[in-house]
Amino acid sequence: MQQLGMGQAVNQALREEMQRDSRVFIAGEGVGVSIHDSPMLPTAGLLGEFGPGRVKDTPVSEAAIAGLAVGAAAAGLRPVVEIMFNPFFTLASDMIVNHAAKLRYLSGGKSTFPLVIRMKSGAGFGAGCQHSHNLEAWVAHCPGLKVIMPSTPADAKGLLKAAIRDEDPVIFIEDMMLYFAPGPVPEEPYLIPIGKAEVKREGSDVTVVTWSKMLGVAMQAAAQLAEEGIDVEVVDLRTLVPLDKETILQSTRKTGRLVVLHEASRTGGFAGEICAVVMEEAFGSMKAPFRRVTGPDIPVPASPPLERFYIPDATKLVAAVKEIV
Amino acid sequence: MKTKSTRKTKAAALDRDHALYLLRSMIRIRRLEDKCAELYSAMKIRGFLHLYDGEEAVAVGVLEALTRDDAVVATYREHGHALIRGVSAGCILAEMYGKQEGCSRGRGGSMHLFDDKTHFYGGNAIVGGGLPIAVGLALADKMQNRPNVTCCFFGDGAVAEGEFHESLNLASLWKLPVLFVCENNLYAMGTALKYTQAVMDLARKAASYDIPSHAVDGMDVLAVEAAAKQAVEAVRAGEGPHFLECRTYRFRAHSMFDAELYRTKAEVEEWKKRCPIETFTQTLKSRGLLSEADLEKIERDVEGEIREAVAFAEACTWEPVEDLTRFVYSERRMS
Ligand SMILES: Cc1ncc(C[n+]2csc(CCOP(=O)(O)OP(=O)(O)O)c2C)c(N)n1
Ligand SMILES: [Mg+2]
Repeated sequence: MQQLGMGQAVNQALREEMQRDSRVFIAGEGVGVSIHDSPMLPTAGLLGEFGPGRVKDTPVSEAAIAGLAVGAAAAGLRPVVEIMFNPFFTLASDMIVNHAAKLRYLSGGKSTFPLVIRMKSGAGFGAGCQHSHNLEAWVAHCPGLKVIMPSTPADAKGLLKAAIRDEDPVIFIEDMMLYFAPGPVPEEPYLIPIGKAEVKREGSDVTVVTWSKMLGVAMQAAAQLAEEGIDVEVVDLRTLVPLDKETILQSTRKTGRLVVLHEASRTGGFAGEICAVVMEEAFGSMKAPFRRVTGPDIPVPASPPLERFYIPDATKLVAAVKEIV
Repeated sequence: MKTKSTRKTKAAALDRDHALYLLRSMIRIRRLEDKCAELYSAMKIRGFLHLYDGEEAVAVGVLEALTRDDAVVATYREHGHALIRGVSAGCILAEMYGKQEGCSRGRGGSMHLFDDKTHFYGGNAIVGGGLPIAVGLALADKMQNRPNVTCCFFGDGAVAEGEFHESLNLASLWKLPVLFVCENNLYAMGTALKYTQAVMDLARKAASYDIPSHAVDGMDVLAVEAAAKQAVEAVRAGEGPHFLECRTYRFRAHSMFDAELYRTKAEVEEWKKRCPIETFTQTLKSRGLLSEADLEKIERDVEGEIREAVAFAEACTWEPVEDLTRFVYSERRMS
């Protein structure tokens, strides 16, 4: 099977969907003529293949980028637009939060907005907090938006293709560190349904729910804990909204213990939502208090040792698991 | 409404000390940036690093027009601005290393230099993010009857952001003391100006908000200085904001990851012929204001300054992780 980084997998998904459906187009800052010359990046080569009519380099205008997606989607196209980094979401947020998310409802269901907003996220490259800030909980809190955060290249390909074909606005968040971690990706076209979590490792003692880059940390911790006789089940959410409660509840009812792991800061983070769902619907099966392993409540520092400390690692997850097992 | 095009450098008498200061300032920036590139390759500096080579005349010429009390707002390509404003090269490098003696305690890095003593309100990694803040700084000066000017640097790319237009309008409407300085280096990352602006004459944008504007040769430090001084004088006199478009060029890549496929080598070489340091050096030599010995001394001094700055940054320390949660909120009680 081909080994691709997540950027390459995204690239393949974009290419396949653009070939399949002439309504699909992409727009964003440097999506055509990039400063990068690396095949590892999501939009590499697309301008050459599809031309400037469907691969649109925009000015530095996030509000207009998000807005053009809203308008074009309403008028029959399938825009896939890019906001370079998650923190720049704030500049695009009016069009996403007040328009993409609400206009379908506002119009009594008479309009649809089949659009995708792709954003890079994640800490770990020393760029400081105006480039590294995971805001998935913000978007997950807006009814009307679907939120996807893939953890593997293979999931990214299938989920992005599904997102492009979906009838609703989808926020698709790619952790930039995953661009450079190759994994197996099936060559043929395939879809992965939105709203389906995946058990990436089966276990019986404790459930770790996570997503995006943190899956790697969870798998690493699970391997360490296995050596000590603790059997971890790892649930990769893949989609935050709509939330696959069934998979989470099935797993937590089985293990009776829950740890939620995410890179985003703690207060108001999406871990709270997972804990609440399990509390409300599986309390009777739970044997121990829940734990959250998250980034601290601070902006991501640029300083290398401080940034390393910010990002949750296997040591922290192992410690949290041991507290409740 | 004045929208003047590039003015000619006046061949009027030039004070030798002042001229040498301008030249030395530009060389300090260039050598600091060269060192940053080297340290990046050595992995001492991480993250995104944006260098200012080729654009030195803009920061040096404009900052020369300000007083110590004026405020400065810059972009992520701001090492030179911080340096000339008076932040030491050591504190700048320590910040890029991520050390706690850095001017932002290592929390900001290359794009987020900050210094209260010199009223340097930052590096800012959000394109266009500095403009509304500059409006607020100027508003505060005006409301408190202080005679200060806020000088806001931003790139040609920022002109496409809504924050640019909202800020220019408000500053003009309320007659706020802001000098808007557009560092037009013709590219926003790999996107040429002709692909981002329907009206490429950026000075005309300001005119549409009734803000007096000038376009100036940003490769000519004397031209920049003269235009900036005139604009700052008018702003300080209470005329409201002014706009200066400095037409310049960055010699290096956008950041350290840039294959530069969007421009030709010939174009870069053509602009390098207008290098602000080399052309000014020639001007001064031809006017008999600069000897080889002067130049050697400047280079030697600057080399020493940078060497000491690197030694300082190397010797600085990492902030203990226990302190990580400090400064999210103020440690002061209510005033
Ligand atoms: C709000 C926002 N959008 C996008 C970016 C990504 N980005 C970083 S630099 C840059 C180009 C800006 O160009 P310009 O303003 O001309 O400044 P220059 O780099 O040429 O000095 C872009 C788009 C950003 N940092 N902030
Ligand atoms: Mg530019």
